[in-house]
Amino acid sequence: MAIPEQATVPRTTGGPPPPRRLPVPPLAGALAAALLVSLVCGVGLGAAGVTWGETLRYLRAGLTGGSIAPDEVAAYTIVWELRFPRALLAAVVGAGLSAIGVAVQAMVRNALADPFVLGISSGAAVGANAVLLFGALGSLGVWALSGAAFASALAAMLLVYLAARTPHGLTPLRLVLTGSAMYYGFSAITTLMVFSAERGESARSAMMWLLGSLGGATWSSVPIAAGAVLAGTGYLLWTARGLNALAMGDETAAALGVDADRLRRKLFVVAAAVTGAVVAVSGAIGFVGLMVPHVTRMLVGADHRRVLTVAPLLGAVLLVWVDIVSRLLLAPVELPVGVITALIGVPCFVLLMRRRGYVFGGA
Amino acid sequence: MDIEGLAVEIAGARLVEDIALRAESGRFVGLVGPNGSGKSTLLRCVYRALRPAAGSVRLDGDDLHALGAREGARRLAALPQESTSEFDFTAAEVVAMGRLPHQSAAGRVTDQDREICAAALGRVGGAHLADRSFPTLSGGEKQRVLIARALAQQPKVLVLDEPTNHLDIAQQLEVLSLVRDAGLTVLAALHDLNLAATHCDALYVIAGGRIVASGPPDAVLTTELLADVFGVRALRVPHPETGAPHLLFDRLPAS
Repeated sequence: MAIPEQATVPRTTGGPPPPRRLPVPPLAGALAAALLVSLVCGVGLGAAGVTWGETLRYLRAGLTGGSIAPDEVAAYTIVWELRFPRALLAAVVGAGLSAIGVAVQAMVRNALADPFVLGISSGAAVGANAVLLFGALGSLGVWALSGAAFASALAAMLLVYLAARTPHGLTPLRLVLTGSAMYYGFSAITTLMVFSAERGESARSAMMWLLGSLGGATWSSVPIAAGAVLAGTGYLLWTARGLNALAMGDETAAALGVDADRLRRKLFVVAAAVTGAVVAVSGAIGFVGLMVPHVTRMLVGADHRRVLTVAPLLGAVLLVWVDIVSRLLLAPVELPVGVITALIGVPCFVLLMRRRGYVFGGA
Repeated sequence: MDIEGLAVEIAGARLVEDIALRAESGRFVGLVGPNGSGKSTLLRCVYRALRPAAGSVRLDGDDLHALGAREGARRLAALPQESTSEFDFTAAEVVAMGRLPHQSAAGRVTDQDREICAAALGRVGGAHLADRSFPTLSGGEKQRVLIARALAQQPKVLVLDEPTNHLDIAQQLEVLSLVRDAGLTVLAALHDLNLAATHCDALYVIAGGRIVASGPPDAVLTTELLADVFGVRALRVPHPETGAPHLLFDRLPAS
């Protein structure tokens, strides 16, 4: 069917001017550059004084397999074995949480949703703790932690989903309420497990799982998390148009030829897998998955192809800096990551929301 | 479009049953009935948000529910009642969603897609809305953008669930004439019986999940039927200018 041009006289209603949207390619390029700089800063800054020149030399040595003088081994170990994987992991975790936050918000069409709010993160923490404390699945090595976190994230999601479901479908409000309730339940289970294990550091360990920490980062924890985040984000980008349709409502999605139930089931698994992989290495970090998608939409609009290009980069940069601050603010004491995400995130978020005419929820 | 023996169940309850409805190519068919009579359920099944428990919806002989979801959406577009997306899409982005059934998941947006969307928005008189934020538009503007999205889908059939809800009278008339002029086969649930009578080529009346009357509006909307189905006393008067029958309503006398 051809559509002829036949504009009728428009009836305007005035209203606010169109929101200013930043072009995505330059923004993504700038963020990628910022991420590189942030990673170097993440490696260079720390309680143990290692100069920038040394830091860069160690990094080059680590990357190219160069040699290190014997008296430098301690500093090299700090840079290459501790700080570098930690900074990388911060970037991976930030990117993963942000991408999954975008997906979950579209999936339940609710501004308040993120893996943390829906109880998925704390559910994943239960599984990871079971492995750590009771040696469950011990034979699987590093995979055990991520596998258990994935399985329990999926179980937590299913539980939330089934509890929130009614015969007439799933209302976003019920889902968020149920998820929030489950979050407290899962957190309680994690806390119980940590304290019943009697290892002397219970309180700190519980804090790490409930508020998040990258203190346990090693090279062995990077590949699984990075792989899951890359694959998950790739899948979401690939299905971004479907997410757009889903964001408009299940009925609209159906009318546009998108099977909302099927897409939502796939998103369930992807969200659980990425959340599980991320929580296994960093605990349940809040606020990133909630805030970064909103900030991204304020910058580039709601189209998921744009949002999913920018949000992971923004989340990665944010979390690298959050981790730097959490290490330095009260050095040598490390703060939980969740404390800093909230401290940095809340003011930024409120400021941005007030400055740009952001509409989410019709307000 | 041919609907035969259609029944729809939700959670084990049969909400509509034994529906037979025929919309000839290019005709505007109205669906009227009191609240809870099954209008939306029937339409949701037609635009594939629900699966039929029995019967079929056929387009040019093909069973719509046997087609792939995307193929179905290339032939039939819909404006569901929900239009409460919280997401800050621009009007142009909403219209672009109409191209979804024509694009592969990873496929790029082509110039042809962009032209079709711009033409669709122009055709509903919404070109100036393109960069506006969809959630901030007025009810009438939203409906225009959604009609443009349906046009961008390039379907043969357009299904609308109470497209004039919450619109002022000028917007109601505008939306219905836009739909009429789209040159598509239209099936629309309508609340206002006078609007339905003046805009539709044929009317189907649904009550208690079954079609109870059908035919040309004048023949269908009799005072007896309006008393039976809607529980109102109706008076048919000729329009002073056009002479077309017009309905005036009152409560039924208490019996």
